[in-house]
Amino acid sequence: MSNYVEMWKNLNMDLETHDALCQVLPTAFGDVYLSQENRPEGMGFWDFVVSEIHGIRPSELIEAQKNGQKVFGTFCVYVPDEVVIAANGIVTGLCGGSQFWVPGGEKVLPKGTCPLIKASVGARLDRTCPFFRIADMYVGETTCDGKKKAWEILGQDVPMHIMDLPQMKRDKDILKWADEIKEFAAVVEKVTGNEITVEALNEAIHTINEKRRALARVYEARKAAKLPISGKDALLMMQIAFFDDPKRCAQMCNNLADELEKRIADGVSVFKEGTKRILVSGTPMAIPNWKLHHIIETSGGAVVCEEMCTGTRYFEHEVAEDLPTLEAQYMALAQRYMKNNCACFTPNSGRIDDILRLCKEYNVDGVIDVNLKFCSTYDIEGYTVEKALKEAGIPVLGIETDYTDADAEQLRTRVEAFIEMLG
Amino acid sequence: MRHFIGIDIGSTCTKTVVLDEEKNLVKTWLLPTGWSSIDTAEAVKKELDAANFNIEKCPVVATGYGRIAVPYADKTITEITCHAKGAMYLQNSDNLLVIDIGGQDTKIICVENGLVKDFVMNDKCSAGTGRFLEVMANSMAMRPNDLCALAEFGGGVHISSMCTVFAESEVVSLVGRGEKKENIAFAVVDSIVKKVASQVSRIETEKMCTCLTGGLCDCDYMKKALGNELHCEISSQPNARFAGAIGAALMAMNIKGKGEER
Ligand code: SF4
Ligand code: SF4
Repeated sequence: MSNYVEMWKNLNMDLETHDALCQVLPTAFGDVYLSQENRPEGMGFWDFVVSEIHGIRPSELIEAQKNGQKVFGTFCVYVPDEVVIAANGIVTGLCGGSQFWVPGGEKVLPKGTCPLIKASVGARLDRTCPFFRIADMYVGETTCDGKKKAWEILGQDVPMHIMDLPQMKRDKDILKWADEIKEFAAVVEKVTGNEITVEALNEAIHTINEKRRALARVYEARKAAKLPISGKDALLMMQIAFFDDPKRCAQMCNNLADELEKRIADGVSVFKEGTKRILVSGTPMAIPNWKLHHIIETSGGAVVCEEMCTGTRYFEHEVAEDLPTLEAQYMALAQRYMKNNCACFTPNSGRIDDILRLCKEYNVDGVIDVNLKFCSTYDIEGYTVEKALKEAGIPVLGIETDYTDADAEQLRTRVEAFIEMLG
Repeated sequence: MRHFIGIDIGSTCTKTVVLDEEKNLVKTWLLPTGWSSIDTAEAVKKELDAANFNIEKCPVVATGYGRIAVPYADKTITEITCHAKGAMYLQNSDNLLVIDIGGQDTKIICVENGLVKDFVMNDKCSAGTGRFLEVMANSMAMRPNDLCALAEFGGGVHISSMCTVFAESEVVSLVGRGEKKENIAFAVVDSIVKKVASQVSRIETEKMCTCLTGGLCDCDYMKKALGNELHCEISSQPNARFAGAIGAALMAMNIKGKGEER
């Protein structure tokens, strides 16, 4: 990634610290990813993106900015990309998934904050991630308490717009979310200087729906008895979907899906027979958080599905297309986004239904419900999740972890024991 | 006669057992684990050699946190599965709630119809483990088992902190205040029992036979205090500290292609 130094300098990044990150990432990626056997060829694209993670996409974004486009950084799958794209803006995900950024976050946040928030704040304040430097505006949302208060700190350093996400899903809440989306659209219009028209929004809705369909196709392939792709590879695809251009993302995912479908027809599997099929549910796994997937897939299990924001919550449900007015489009967006089931909502029984449904669809042997340390909403909901699964006769293991490697061996023992328990 | 070897490398103690093909317990060893699990595995090998058990011929299963450090093991299996198997063997029962208070972690395993149905393990923190007891015993200049035994004669004092580091300073200040040793010992055991009981409450079980395995199984007062807290009788067998290793040796019986005469 060395030929990007000029760009990083111009972004006013802390080059010395950033170098340290650039040095560890390839080793980690090699250990976790390149050690896998018989990977789909289509993964070559994502391997390449990771090898240039702080170079290639950032330089595209900077090019786009030079041509007058604006970049919006987001932190949650409730924020509608369509609105930004309709105004010729660009969206990039900004969730931090590495321990590398956590100490930076702890300089200003209490230690007992979830690592995702600490890493995100640390990446911004320590100036060690180009994406956090490039974004013209951050878009926050009122989900968990930690994020809400973190926006106030980030807002001192970067322009922020915050969307007031309801915490319930009654009709009036959906109406309110439509209204919030409309207000967000006005902000986006102002920042980009472009008007959002019915046509442009319709096209953006179509683009994102296409991306969702492509991601869903890859997931569909994971329902096969002989798994054509590892959970780790699928997770990587998912993580990078938050950063990439949506059209290219769709194209690459479709290419991958073609290959996977062929593999299924040919009976090619990346796991040996009898490998236990695991559904992972819970808090998001932002790049480069591959910890749990790696442990599972080196302990006799295969991750077949993620009920997470870096998983099914990102692509399930589409937005209605070809609506005649902006009002109708905002409403359609609100309806689709409010179908997401995040633990920040109450009640959130839809998530339990999702998990039980996914267990059937992906024919899972067991569920590992994971929550990031100090994420109280998912932690508390874990009780209900485990109870429902046990009642349905599906074995479940609850795990709490963070981004450090300190608990890796303990986790491995638990995961191995769980997989032994599955018989 | 064929023989089967189970090795349980725990954080403080390494347990090795040999079973014959009729599942008789032929031999047991107890070694301190020391700094390096690899060296410990070597020491175990020497003991086995000396007793004429050939690891080339006998199937070997390793378990415990150092299980991957046994190069000559034919298979590694987690301590959860092994403790369950070992406890079933010792208790001669297929339905059990196994409480294993280990050096570094405490496990609660629910066994139904001979299979592990559910389990919980303590998280990173060492509250409710043998380590906790050891640290507290050290700060009172006692041996862990003596502390346990002394606890029976104490009462009236409690440690409020679950964290080992904070709890240790509580103990130090109790000592400094001149609190009676047996009362402090009581507080230490009470803290472990409460923590273990809260872990047990996370597992949904029918009322079933509860047994204690691991290093503290010889401590009668620990069993009594746990039984009082959980409202049940805690049973334990003489070789319960070998439960994990016995389970491993039982699992070694499933290994094919090895295990001729020794
Ligand atoms: S877990 Fe909830 S708050 Fe976090 S990204 Fe997902 S939807 Fe948003
Ligand atoms: S993981 Fe939980 S605490 Fe962390 S940002 Fe998401 S909802 Fe908030």
